Amino acid sequence: MGTIWVFAEASGDKVATISLELLTRARELADTVEAVVGTDGEPVAAELGAHGATTVHATGDLGDGLAGPAVASAIAAAIEGGNAPDAVLFGTTYDGRDVAGRLSVKLGAPVITNVVELEQANGSLVGTEPVFGGTVNVSTRFNGSGVGLFLVRPKSFAAEESGGGPAVVSALPVPDLGAAGAARVVDRFAEESSGPKLDEAGVVVSGGRGLGEAEKYSMIEDLAKLLGGAAGASRAIVDAGWVPYSHQVGQTGKVVKPDVYVACGISGATQHMVGMKGSKNIIAINKDAEAPIFGIADLGVVGDVHKVIPKLIEALQARS
Amino acid sequence: MDIVVCVKQIPDPADPGELDSETNTLKRDMKLIMDESDSYGVEMALQLRDAAGEGEVTLVSMAPNEEVNGLRSALAMGADKAILVSDEALAGTDALGTARVLAAAIARAQADLILAATESSDGYTGTVPEQVAELLGLPSVTFAKEIQAEGGEVLVKRQTEDGYDQVRCPLPAVVSVTAGVVEPRYPSFKGIMAAKSKPMDQVGIGDLGLSPDQVGWAGGGQEITDVSPAPEREAGELITDEGDAHESIIALLEELRIV
Repeated sequence: MGTIWVFAEASGDKVATISLELLTRARELADTVEAVVGTDGEPVAAELGAHGATTVHATGDLGDGLAGPAVASAIAAAIEGGNAPDAVLFGTTYDGRDVAGRLSVKLGAPVITNVVELEQANGSLVGTEPVFGGTVNVSTRFNGSGVGLFLVRPKSFAAEESGGGPAVVSALPVPDLGAAGAARVVDRFAEESSGPKLDEAGVVVSGGRGLGEAEKYSMIEDLAKLLGGAAGASRAIVDAGWVPYSHQVGQTGKVVKPDVYVACGISGATQHMVGMKGSKNIIAINKDAEAPIFGIADLGVVGDVHKVIPKLIEALQARS
Repeated sequence: MDIVVCVKQIPDPADPGELDSETNTLKRDMKLIMDESDSYGVEMALQLRDAAGEGEVTLVSMAPNEEVNGLRSALAMGADKAILVSDEALAGTDALGTARVLAAAIARAQADLILAATESSDGYTGTVPEQVAELLGLPSVTFAKEIQAEGGEVLVKRQTEDGYDQVRCPLPAVVSVTAGVVEPRYPSFKGIMAAKSKPMDQVGIGDLGLSPDQVGWAGGGQEITDVSPAPEREAGELITDEGDAHESIIALLEELRIV
């Protein structure tokens, strides 16, 4: 395959892990890999280049504008101008989905979504998507003319450096967006968080409806902290407003693949399992012996989380 | 304030899903219910309408059959009316085709604000709200965790990787909401009875000025090449807590060198 573009996201000069994962896979599939960023190109050119991008098409700082309409319009204009890649890859992130959705309309092309494996077959890209909680894999080929668009789930590939030099920065002008570009970011807030990030932690401890009430989630946070891990949650308790959406593990929410995943009071809805079944080891505590989570747990404990977790916390504290 | 809420009617997530053996697309010919993800948008719309003291909440939905069960649930919560786009040609329609249909239906409703869930619980592509916005030439804010309306614009807290952005957006606009944006109400008995007589406008794609080749699986530009069972994860040891289960957990954590 000729050329693949990767929509790369960055904060300052630090490129997001998902973007590095996409560059790594892209260079195994294409002769030429180039990055597109909705920021200045210079600060990220070295890291993008080190992961295989030869060029970074940069819109420049978008100021208080959102990435979706700006980056999609810029890519569409470049393609219309004759600079068309064979495919564009996006991470399944807040901005990745926005840009891919807008671009799909501009190009009249579908987006192949929730991709966890990307391969080449007969000159076109095939994306594989898990359905029904990850029990069935569906592979989909882009068979239209023009540019194939793929939204890829984080953690699908491992990021590896290629040893390449800095990417060449090329200007990617943003056309006039009209009403579509009218939303303005007026302030940005970072939530206080200690410990590792949910999707990068070696240990994830998650709580579900079995905790019984919102206040009991502090047990999950305590246990996560003792294990040097991050605290996650099932959709049920996020929907119930017990914990913020940013803690959600599952199809909606984060995909995690830690060394150890501890599911506490989580029955194992398919929604949840698709986000954590790639964990190396799974420990589950649930009072219902028939809970589906036990079907994928390396160690299942049929018991009351309100009894088992406090004892576990106490024993771990005694050791430290 | 006139608000459109996109509502998807899906197979009950508690039932095992199935793929159509001919097309490999999700089977949707059973009884459908309102996607729980959409109840947040419906509730948000009701609260914004009531705070504004005027306007209507219109539901827009699309289904290959004439299913209205899920829409009745949202009407019972308090929405004013519904537009259902129902057409045989819609079978197998992908996200972009869905967005074309919804955008055409929304254009008829003349809304100030269009709300949708960030993604459906069955197809979960998560691209439709942004595609609808682009088709309508509107600004959008996705992943809202809070919405306030004031003087012809909305102020939205948009979820980000490490917190949230405060985003100001003029109306009309499309906003997608995360679960937890508001607590959805349960329909009252009175609401359920009232829902039966609320206006339900059923239209075909021809009524919206769309042709069959813009929707359905054929119009998609993608082809399913393989469907296969994923490798299964084996269940390991299952123990019952007799007061000492934490010791087994610690033993495993030691073996894995976590502690």
